[in-house]
Amino acid sequence: MKVKRKIDLNGKVTTITASPVARLLDVVRGDLKLTGTKEGCGEGECGACSVLLNNEVIDSCLVLFGQLRDGDLLVTVEGLENKRGLNRLQRSFVKNGAVHCGACIPGMLIAATALLKHNKTPSIMEIKEGIAGNLCRCTGYGRIIKAIEEVV
Amino acid sequence: MRFLNPSNLHEALTLLSKFPDCKILAGGTDVCVQLRGGGLKPKAILNIWGLNELKNIRDEGRYITIGALSTHTDIIRSPLIHKHIPVLAKACRTIGAVQVQNRGTIGGNVMNASPAGDTLPVLMAYAADVEVTSIAGQRWVPFEGFFTGYRATVVRPGEMVTGFRIAWPPRGERADFIKIGSRKAITISKVMACFRARIEHKKIVGISIAFGSVAPVPLRLKQTEAFLMGRVLTHKTIDEAVNKLASDITPINDIRSTADYRRHCCGVFLRRFLLESLCVS
Ligand SMILES: Cc1cc2nc3c(=O)[nH]c(=O)nc-3n(C[C@H](O)[C@H](O)[C@H](O)COP(=O)(O)OP(=O)(O)OC[C@H]3O[C@@H](n4cnc5c(N)ncnc54)[C@H](O)[C@@H]3O)c2cc1C
Ligand code: FES
Ligand code: FES
Repeated sequence: MKVKRKIDLNGKVTTITASPVARLLDVVRGDLKLTGTKEGCGEGECGACSVLLNNEVIDSCLVLFGQLRDGDLLVTVEGLENKRGLNRLQRSFVKNGAVHCGACIPGMLIAATALLKHNKTPSIMEIKEGIAGNLCRCTGYGRIIKAIEEVV
Repeated sequence: MRFLNPSNLHEALTLLSKFPDCKILAGGTDVCVQLRGGGLKPKAILNIWGLNELKNIRDEGRYITIGALSTHTDIIRSPLIHKHIPVLAKACRTIGAVQVQNRGTIGGNVMNASPAGDTLPVLMAYAADVEVTSIAGQRWVPFEGFFTGYRATVVRPGEMVTGFRIAWPPRGERADFIKIGSRKAITISKVMACFRARIEHKKIVGISIAFGSVAPVPLRLKQTEAFLMGRVLTHKTIDEAVNKLASDITPINDIRSTADYRRHCCGVFLRRFLLESLCVS
């Protein structure tokens, strides 16, 4: 039996109908066709599936759709752009060459966005901690950290 | 798989009495991993995430109480915890990364009942009581008797954990949480410990030592504590206590580490904590 949730999705009030035991990740990628969010490990280790739920970063592979409540605020990587296109953080990733294969980047952007929401001036250590739940197998993290540091 | 979605605690307890073998789902950071592996195939899931009655950290007179659905992030951010039990926040800060801390709850950490649960030695060292509730009522269980064996607790079908209470720690106490894993972030513990000590005029007048991950259940080192209690803290006392500790524990070999390494770490942790206490006393 499917259930209905009326949430704020990337700034738009959206009613979603899906199985309550489906992973939020599958609803985002499948039902909502928002494929920016990636699946890596499927068990909370890699952060590729990170989304913002009520302004906090979470792994969407570890949340069931039925656990959402009406009125929840969900932001996926697609919701980061503003009217003029890529936001400052996204442009900084491009400028710093922080993106290689790109698989980890949506999650990195979401984790960095959450970090900057709670801490406007994170130190390098705090940046590293903020993205500790996001694995990248390409970049060695250096440029990702620099890209985040540059918008601080 | 049925999805039960109560909107308040009373409804949750009613559903729990009707479906005693349902799987309780809090933050899901353990349950979702188990569902995916296929090892867990419950007939029904009882979602308790969102029961705001269980998401609070409060000063209740003689105790600090922590609702079962308080997340690790809630605990890290709580001014009350920060001021009175900062080692609990220190332990929560080592649990996974921020994604897991935002979702994982203290009730889930305890009820997952993994020997590697990082809040366990802290709750043990602070002699927390666990609030266990069913539709019939509520009981308080001392943390020391809460775990009955590997991944087993006193919680019966139809019951759930609703919170914890911790008596105010005395003033002037030192406490620490120490954990060793294979790397700093997102790591499952090989050994972790929580210590508390009160030292007056160089004499130990209060001591509490708890280890996690060295046995199927968290351990309170009663013999080592008894040895230290009332003694003057010197380098010699520390050496003797560390020797004593080796016979107080029987660590386990498993995939994460060996018994010998664990015993060694326990000694190093105790020595480090007591030496630091000596320096500041
Ligand atoms: C990547 C990753 C890293 C992790 N790292 C660590 C770590 O370093 N240290 C650590 O200790 N843990 C770690 N964990 C495990 C986990 O995050 C914690 O144990 C967490 O606190 C579990 O809480 P939860 O709310 O997500 O529990 P859930 O997954 O919802 O539930 C866990 C268990 O408890 C039961 N349960 C939950 N709440 C209640 C309740 N109120 N009453 C009765 N039963 C209940 C459930 O039925 C289930 O059996 C990690 C997990 C992941 C995915
Ligand atoms: S896919 Fe969710 S954390 Fe890896
Ligand atoms: S850029 Fe390839 S995984 Fe990070």
